[in-house]
Amino acid sequence: MSKWIDVCSINDLQVNAGVCALVEDRQVAIFYMPEDDVIYAINNYDPFGKVHVLSRGLIGDIKGEPMVSSPLYKQHFNLKTGICFEDENVAVASYAVRLKDGRVEVNLDGAAK
Amino acid sequence: MSKQTLVVIGNGMVGQNFLVSLMASDIKKNYDVITFCEEAIPAYDRVHLSEYFAGKSADELSLVEEGFFKNNDISIHLGDKATFIDRQNKTVTSANGKIITYDKLVLATGSTAFVPPIPGNDREHCITYRTIDDLDDMKAAAKTAKIGAVVGGGLLGLEAAKALQDLKLQTYVVQFGPRLMSAQLDDGGGGLLKQKIEALGVSVLVDKNTIKIVDGDVCKHKMVFADGTELETDLILYSAGIRPRDDIAAACGLKIANRGGVVINDHCLTSDENIYAIGECASWKDQTFGLVAPGYAMARTVVNQLSGGEVVFTGADMSTKLKLNGVDVASIGDPHASTPGSLVYTYQNGVEGIYKRLIVSKNNKTLLGAVLVGDASGYPILSQYYLNAIELPNNPDSLILPARSDASVGLGPDALPASVQICSCFDVTKGAICSSIEAGCTTLGGLKKETKAGTGCGGCVALLKSVLDCELEKAGFGVNTDICEHFAYTRQDLYNLIMVEEIKTFNDLIHKHGSGQGCEICKQTVGSILASYWNEYVLKDEHASLQDTNDKFLANMQKDGTYSVVPRMTGGEVSPEGLIAIGQIAKKYGLYTKVTGGQRVDMFGARVDQLPLIWQELIDAGFESGHAYGKSLRTVKSCVGSTWCRYGVDDSVGLAVELENRYKGLRSPHKIKFAVSGCTRECAEAQSKDIGIIAVEGGWNLYVCGNGGMKPRHGDLFATNLDKETLIKYIDRVLTFYVQTADRMQRTSVWMENMEGGLHYLKSVVIDDKLKLCEQLEAQMQRVVDTYQCEWKTTIEDESKLKMFRHFVNSDKHDENIIFVEERGQVRPANIEERELLLAENA
Repeated sequence: MSKWIDVCSINDLQVNAGVCALVEDRQVAIFYMPEDDVIYAINNYDPFGKVHVLSRGLIGDIKGEPMVSSPLYKQHFNLKTGICFEDENVAVASYAVRLKDGRVEVNLDGAAK
Repeated sequence: MSKQTLVVIGNGMVGQNFLVSLMASDIKKNYDVITFCEEAIPAYDRVHLSEYFAGKSADELSLVEEGFFKNNDISIHLGDKATFIDRQNKTVTSANGKIITYDKLVLATGSTAFVPPIPGNDREHCITYRTIDDLDDMKAAAKTAKIGAVVGGGLLGLEAAKALQDLKLQTYVVQFGPRLMSAQLDDGGGGLLKQKIEALGVSVLVDKNTIKIVDGDVCKHKMVFADGTELETDLILYSAGIRPRDDIAAACGLKIANRGGVVINDHCLTSDENIYAIGECASWKDQTFGLVAPGYAMARTVVNQLSGGEVVFTGADMSTKLKLNGVDVASIGDPHASTPGSLVYTYQNGVEGIYKRLIVSKNNKTLLGAVLVGDASGYPILSQYYLNAIELPNNPDSLILPARSDASVGLGPDALPASVQICSCFDVTKGAICSSIEAGCTTLGGLKKETKAGTGCGGCVALLKSVLDCELEKAGFGVNTDICEHFAYTRQDLYNLIMVEEIKTFNDLIHKHGSGQGCEICKQTVGSILASYWNEYVLKDEHASLQDTNDKFLANMQKDGTYSVVPRMTGGEVSPEGLIAIGQIAKKYGLYTKVTGGQRVDMFGARVDQLPLIWQELIDAGFESGHAYGKSLRTVKSCVGSTWCRYGVDDSVGLAVELENRYKGLRSPHKIKFAVSGCTRECAEAQSKDIGIIAVEGGWNLYVCGNGGMKPRHGDLFATNLDKETLIKYIDRVLTFYVQTADRMQRTSVWMENMEGGLHYLKSVVIDDKLKLCEQLEAQMQRVVDTYQCEWKTTIEDESKLKMFRHFVNSDKHDENIIFVEERGQVRPANIEERELLLAENA
């Protein structure tokens, strides 16, 4: 059964950027693009730099797909799937995320829709 | 096996080198080693003798590690000269009456300075330049002297001249032959060297055959020359070559070469199978060697021979490169074109004082020799060509012709040969990159994936891109200069759009002129342009999401996700109170501290949540942001200048502080570094900076577009003898023009090299106001100067910004994966293995 975990208020998110949340024992990077009214959640761990920093990357899109660029070595990860644009064999976990009564909730079992 | 006795006569540079090699070898246990040293102190560095006067002590010149003889059980007889060898009974007798029986004997007696046989050559204060005792004699003699003359214009003679200058004597070099350094240089090179040496205040007399030395009229001595002229001097130094010290060898009947020196074979063995000779006393194939490198090679040969090895001495490359009193001189192979049929290329630049000559084989394929004066930067490559007999390029003169950056066609990537390494992290050559492009890989991303170039440190990406553009252009493709998929414009286009339409936000720009959401390329570029032009606070709500992590957190992210913090120290100046505050703060937060190349202190290992706390304390202590995180002005490095320095011409620190305060915070296409030197000794290395300033008697000289980094470039001399007001005007204009017209991530050096018309064009814009832009350029800079703010001060005063500086949005915990270990008394990030181990222990 999927479990939605309350994380923070929508006001705690950074506009067009990321924050990191501690969800159970996992570091989750949450990105907010208000113009498209969308929130993404992926694991905060950068598999190239091997440290937890993806929430601090710049976000945008590559050919319409939402992405974050690693602040360390600039690889791009798809915010929907967690798959690396430069090497599709590398991916970080992506999580389902929803907004409920102004609160952000993450589901660690569910992949992003 | 019982030990044999090995006696070494002479403890000079080569004798000592032999002992060190022997002690490092397996056979040291086979020998009792005894050495005689006629001087009162053991081996010292004769090559750098002149530094004795520039302040080095005899101890600093010593080549003997403390305790070397004792620890290795070597008996050294200091101040005792070996006087006789009895080969029949295998004994050595010394001046002090010691008689030592040897099994093996090594002669390392060196050489003596040659004193020309001139009447009066043994007058008082006529000294050879060879030993530390000689130097002490010189010092004593110099006390009463005003003028000094060196007899001999070779390497050592010019060194000796420097020593006389250091003793504050008016200095002459008297050369018997027609030019300086006659063994190594040809007439052209020797002539230029003479000019350069004379520019340093040493008078050079050539073609002077001294026939006698007599009492002077004003000075102590008068040197009388064969051509009837005379020179009055108080002190005479002989440095007219060396003679092998072969007397002890000759006395015991060893074979001596016709031109002097103990004859040795390829094994460095003399005519006695138990006696070796090495260094300057030895003659190999009728040649003696006055350099240390061949002597060291002989020392290695003997150690190897004693071990039963097969190393033989095969002669030595007599190529030399040195800085003579600040003048670069190099000589390779046969500089005199004495090989029959050889061809010669000469490059002479009378303006900058450069002379280069190549001697190549008849078929134009092999390098036989070279002479370089004034600019010896080509020495490493040329000596590779010479030593390995590498086939020369079709136009060998391209090796000595300067790469002109101010020609209308820059030295573009097209000029690089295919073998040039573009990416040093993954060893990718230009050839490999071109083959990938030919095979259809026509994007930067594709090239990176295919060749790995640019995926290590990333330092070569700009060069990689220009190789790609150049190849595509050659192949007839239109080069796409769009900065990314979201904007079909160059950085310069975007700058103009922002300026003309007065656009103040990224959203406004992308809605009017772009598409999509943007990416890290266009966001950063536009963020930087907006900051350059409007100079608003970079973390203002509408700008914050444009900043890459360094600009966003106003600190430099390190490999472990922590940040480094650099407060500004204008001109490298910091008070004791400031240093103490930094020390206390670093200690409190457990930070690693290191002094940067830009003359300030970098503190590493700050977690994101610690940044505002650290900055609160730094600001309280009077510091402000150093912008080390920004593509912006970093530092203005300076030497201490005329305030303290004996040689300083002007107050370099004062100017550096003023300039750093003027331009701090200026956002630009890439980082910008300045330096100010207080005199032409150039201790601040200003010519390697984007903006370099050197004090001269007539004012300030301005250099622009220099660079260190992966592709170093000397700055171009832009204007000379400027007063401060004009200097600042020019810098304002150059920098604003750069900010307006450069590509993203393009340093001033590459900007200059890609500029149509180069230096000449830039001068016409900035000095002659060809484009009628100067007023606007200055006004724009003034606006930036007037709107400066310390971003850290603004940030810690704004509660809403501090929210960002948490690792977790929903917890006060820290990232537990950030783990330090200790090294050399400070912290460093744990490596992956250490981290896993420590995490497992704590789990």
